[in-house]
Amino acid sequence: MNKNFSKRHKAESRFKAYGFFSLIAAATMLAIIIGSMIYRSIPAYTNYTIDLEINMTEISLEDGIDDINYRGILRSSLFSFFPEVQSRSDKRKLFKLISSSATYTLRDFVRENPSYIGKKFYFNVLFTDDSDLFYKGYVDISLPEDERRLDNKEITWLNQLDGTGRVKNKISRNLFLNGDSREPEVAGFWGATIGSLITITVTLLLSFPIGVLTAIYLENFAVKNRITDFIEVNINNLAAVPSIIFGLLGLAVFINFFGMPRSVPLVGGLVLSLMTLPTIIIATRSSLQSVPPSIREAALAMGASEMQVVFQHLLPSAMPGIFTGTIIGLARAFGESAPLLLIGMVAFIVDIPATFTDPATALPVQIYIWADSPERAFVAKTSAATLILISLLILINLAAVLLRKRYEVKW
Amino acid sequence: MDKELENNNIIENKALIECKNVDVFYANQQALFGINLNIGEKEVTSLIGPSGCGKSTFLRCINRMNDVIDICRVEGSIKISNEDIYHPDIDVVELRSRIGMVFQKPNPFPKSVYDNVAYGPKLHGRILHKDDLDEKVEKSLERAGLWSEVKDRLSEPGTSLSGGQQQRLCIARAIAIDPSIILMDEPCSALDPIATAKIEELIDELKDNFTITIVTHSMQQAARVSQRTAFFHLGKLIEVGDTEKIFRSPDHEQTEAYVTGRYG
Amino acid sequence: MIIVLGLLSFTIAKQRALLYLQNNEPLRSMPVYHGLYVSLWAFLIPFFLIILFLTFKANYLNYLVTPYLSEETISLGSEEIMYVKNFLINNISNLNNLINSGFISEADSNSLIEKYQNSRLISFIFVIVLSIVLSFVSYRKLSVRFDARRRVESILKFIFFIFSTIAVLTTIGIILSLIFETLRFFSQVGFFDFVFGTHWSPQTAIREDQVGSSGSFGAIPLFTGTLLITAVAMSIAAPLGLYSAIFLSQYAKPKTRDFLKPILEILAGIPTVVYGFFAALTVGPFVRSCGEYIGLTVATESALAAGLVMGIMIIPYVSSLSDDVMTAVPLSLRDGSLALGATQAETVKKVIIPAALPGIVSALLLAISRAIGETMIVVMAAGLAANLTANPLSAVTTVTVQIVTLLVGDQEFDSAKTLAAFALGLMLFVITLALNVFAMIIVRRYRERYE
Repeated sequence: MNKNFSKRHKAESRFKAYGFFSLIAAATMLAIIIGSMIYRSIPAYTNYTIDLEINMTEISLEDGIDDINYRGILRSSLFSFFPEVQSRSDKRKLFKLISSSATYTLRDFVRENPSYIGKKFYFNVLFTDDSDLFYKGYVDISLPEDERRLDNKEITWLNQLDGTGRVKNKISRNLFLNGDSREPEVAGFWGATIGSLITITVTLLLSFPIGVLTAIYLENFAVKNRITDFIEVNINNLAAVPSIIFGLLGLAVFINFFGMPRSVPLVGGLVLSLMTLPTIIIATRSSLQSVPPSIREAALAMGASEMQVVFQHLLPSAMPGIFTGTIIGLARAFGESAPLLLIGMVAFIVDIPATFTDPATALPVQIYIWADSPERAFVAKTSAATLILISLLILINLAAVLLRKRYEVKW
Repeated sequence: MDKELENNNIIENKALIECKNVDVFYANQQALFGINLNIGEKEVTSLIGPSGCGKSTFLRCINRMNDVIDICRVEGSIKISNEDIYHPDIDVVELRSRIGMVFQKPNPFPKSVYDNVAYGPKLHGRILHKDDLDEKVEKSLERAGLWSEVKDRLSEPGTSLSGGQQQRLCIARAIAIDPSIILMDEPCSALDPIATAKIEELIDELKDNFTITIVTHSMQQAARVSQRTAFFHLGKLIEVGDTEKIFRSPDHEQTEAYVTGRYG
Repeated sequence: MIIVLGLLSFTIAKQRALLYLQNNEPLRSMPVYHGLYVSLWAFLIPFFLIILFLTFKANYLNYLVTPYLSEETISLGSEEIMYVKNFLINNISNLNNLINSGFISEADSNSLIEKYQNSRLISFIFVIVLSIVLSFVSYRKLSVRFDARRRVESILKFIFFIFSTIAVLTTIGIILSLIFETLRFFSQVGFFDFVFGTHWSPQTAIREDQVGSSGSFGAIPLFTGTLLITAVAMSIAAPLGLYSAIFLSQYAKPKTRDFLKPILEILAGIPTVVYGFFAALTVGPFVRSCGEYIGLTVATESALAAGLVMGIMIIPYVSSLSDDVMTAVPLSLRDGSLALGATQAETVKKVIIPAALPGIVSALLLAISRAIGETMIVVMAAGLAANLTANPLSAVTTVTVQIVTLLVGDQEFDSAKTLAAFALGLMLFVITLALNVFAMIIVRRYRERYE
């Protein structure tokens, strides 16, 4: 008898342990995902730069700011470190160690500060992604030369440059403030973030009023009949339709039928709002239902019409719940990328979008684009963008939880 | 039996509410059977009877709160001041603005005390100036016997008051729209005896200005506050008459059985 | 502009109503409603018209520009036509750009611009006049006895109804657009070739004469690929999700629950693109090197890697729904079993799970539907090659991957290639819809039993 009990108790603890370990496994996975993103993103936040001496003493304003040979100036400045490098191909190789964006940043700098013309000054220039990774120790020198991105010559030059004391590791402002670029050291996710925000604004503006009013109609005014039943079943189904189907809808209806442009936040927002609508409707209905019927009765007995009951009593009481549901729906839309791929928001866009109809991409799509790029430096960039996306989403969800806790009406 | 009822239905005051052959159905289930009842002006009429006898249903016919329930159907005629309130031309909203109602459980809006009382006057656009509104709120709270208790707490939420205070707030809210009739659906069932006594006092004072119909399951309460009493049983009006008569010497056996506590 | 008109008519009507009130006439509705009534008329229909105009603006411009295309442009083929059209549309109000472009003569430019501006002016005036007329007509109706409130409310109710049909319109839009394109697809590719074909290579050659110009569209490998990855995912998510739910609903103390539940919620909140990146970058190579270590050849984009990560993603879907249904099992059942001397585990296995089984089954069905429709993880971590295999270590492709690859970048809308994506979408929609409906029916039955 006792043996039987101890056996059963053992089974009991085993069972409990399975449950506990499942949760621990899930938590570990979460930790691994976030940990690996953090670890991989480390190289992205800084960028090695070099102060180059810019000699503009022989140039005057009359030459025209745009016609100055900035590239030549940078080249001669860089080459001054290596008087022994003479062959053309070596020179080209050497110049490729610094970012090709340097020419444009120098030009922009001089345009804004024409007083520097005719002077000698130091100008901070980015290294290209490969050199940057070398300085950060991500290039395995023990590998055979032809399997590395940098050959022995380049590595010697980089080490030599490092010896001059001009090489500095600086916080990468580009990552946070730039749009996309083919050059990893220049690319940033600001453009994509703005694109996401514009898209989400469209989504909010459309799905919130439509969702709330639909819920009010179904909850308070609709006569129960086949049509409203059908609408209800429909909404529940829409909530579970794969997001990519909404992308197909957007492509077929908005772009091909209505002739709207591709790649614009307006269409992206339209598609995402159709996707978010069911979430908002369901959340609104359940928070409307949680308002006790006595409030409704009291207001009706006071001579309020149905409409007044809804807008003066039910809606204000249900607002915290509605907001929470909306935020959760929007957070999901914010992290969504599949439908946006289909409506062309996956284009390579350098400029930072400003309106609803500027070509744009979204933060999750930017992650997808970067993850697809062959340059190694994009791995770190992608991880950094991923972390930003996750933390934004956690912040948004946290806001929803706090909102619910703070304003929840207890009955 | 009908004849008997007719006799009992003679009231000294002019009848304000006249009900003739009122039937109420919930889907296919009949809840009230041919109710004939007149309710006199400026007196308190209590509706008594065992649970589920239809007294609340009847009360809710008077301000058409039954309209809210989809499956509910009302037949027969109910006239208030000789106006058929179930006539298609009647605006329910307008009708309810003339009838106040107090519910079983106090149900103040989750707004401030002031806004609770000011809600009706604002809703119906009767008062345009802030000063007039302040005055109205004060007067209504005073008549509900609540002013001295809440005059410093007007901006606190109505739900923060005690149960008895909440119920008096609901009464203040109801009288703020100057109704001619106040319907009360077991207004004291959720309150303690002290709060109940206060409400009963209040009812007594209010009857000078309002026609009050109260549903109660406490016979003592009916005896204390009402001038006339109607006894409902199984959806039928068994007997109606002066409260004293109903409790002392009812005509009907069933009534007697109920008021003496033999069942119910 | 019409907003201004709407506001203006609102104040005028409200003032008039207030006037009655000051003359002590018994107004039937509050002045606000008089204002609202007129302004709704002044605003709504014109507003609706504007939306309509804007929606069809692109189509209209296209129609407007078409006659101005030069023969030279037309002879250059559809791509050139598209380009010139877009250029003309984008520069339609800029005379200099039009003339300088050389696509269109100066006279034509002038007439095009004139036409465009005329139509703009006409629609603008039309909307304004309509707004004024409507507000005037509705204003005339106002009187002391006018029941503005009821009118306003029925207008609003109607608007709400229109809104509530948007959800239905979306579904109809999905179904119609999918079916329409799919039918066009089947006019080019046989139905049976698609449904029962075992060879998938849609990459049609650009020129007709190239080898393999007529791609083949056998969808079987895509569906087996999808099923394979879904199976891997479910074999992770089902046990982990269920055990998590059991622990959370039956064992965890409230404090532990408060701490552990958010973990699952965060897991559910992580965007799928992040999972995809994680799968491609970390799990794929990891699985491969593990396989190499024990002497197996594993593709970098193996079904196993994508399935594993998808499994992690789906854990919260399984656990949260099962958690809900298990908590909904009446306590009396549990207490009854415990009182008989059953251990907690025995109670869970013999009483709670059987009672909650329909709910659990529907949670699993919804999770499967989610896995089938999941896009980003497989796009980033699964392959493109359509292999017909049941080996989780090899690379397979899925329906969603193919939809994305067929539609991203490509602009041609008539080729069998793009249309195939819609056929795949339709199949995907039907399958997930069936799973969802089935799950919903099961849950509804279950709820009825315990409520």
